[in-house]
Amino acid sequence: MELGVRHAPDPVLSAVCPRADPHDPALVELGEAMVALMRASPGCVGIAAPQVGHAVSLFVLDVTGARRVVSCAGLVVLCSPVLETADGKEVRREGCLSVPDLTGDVARATSVVVRGLVPGTGEERVVVADAFEARALQHELDHLQGLLFLDRVAGAHALFPRKRYL
Amino acid sequence: MTTYAVTAVGPDAPGEVAALAEALAAVGANLEDASMTRLRGHFAMTLVASVDASLADVEQALAPVSAASGLHISVWAVDSDAPPPQDGAPWRVTLHGADRPGLVAGVARELAGMGANITDLSCRLVGDLYVMTLDVDATAEPQLDALAERLGVTLHVVAADEDVL
Repeated sequence: MELGVRHAPDPVLSAVCPRADPHDPALVELGEAMVALMRASPGCVGIAAPQVGHAVSLFVLDVTGARRVVSCAGLVVLCSPVLETADGKEVRREGCLSVPDLTGDVARATSVVVRGLVPGTGEERVVVADAFEARALQHELDHLQGLLFLDRVAGAHALFPRKRYL
Repeated sequence: MTTYAVTAVGPDAPGEVAALAEALAAVGANLEDASMTRLRGHFAMTLVASVDASLADVEQALAPVSAASGLHISVWAVDSDAPPPQDGAPWRVTLHGADRPGLVAGVARELAGMGANITDLSCRLVGDLYVMTLDVDATAEPQLDALAERLGVTLHVVAADEDVL
């Protein structure tokens, strides 16, 4: 499956994604292709399905080796995830593959618990995360609600030109 | 198509952004980057817009806004090309301390001497308290401890690097 990254203002990035069937073979294949794309994209730690043009509730994430990592759950592939708990608050600058020319300061919880279903088996998986991984999870969960970091910037002067291109 | 810079400064009142934007839209201008704030209660807006119109046409379109609001509006043509990407990482500099002449000059000159480029700046004077926030591009962390001591202010520099998610 060939996937391409969609950029804002593509309307798929603003779609609220319906719950997905974890046993659907097409969903399993999509998840595998998203993992392959994430691995092939330097510096990429996560991709949500809308970013590759599919408005389904699925994301992949792996913060292994990234800067600022405290918790690290390894590869996480979840469909129909929900944010169970969110604690703490920290403003940091973040960027997104789907918004290649801008970054923005965004307040996020510093520790989260996310529950979702594993594609293929359908088993439940709970991810307890903090610091960078918690921020990344919230960023991916936002994508599934049709939200970009642009929807959460911390103020009128909190958007910036992107400095680094991956 | 010509790119113009527009500045508008004057008494603040509701509807001024709308009036400026509508006047520009009426001549077919595409309002690109814009920044607006209030400086000690005064309206202050700077924007860049591109339009297939002469400088005189744009000035004429904005003249009624100026007449109605009291805003001082200036328009001039600028280079349409974006500046080349600058080297360096983003840093945020925060300063607070007792107000005194030369604080902004002192910090800005020190940063310029390091080759650092200020990309955004906000200063507020509240009573005797002076507060500055600067976004700076610099190839290395700006070392400003000695300057802070010299100026008698509290100053911090933090990396403003981004998490790419």
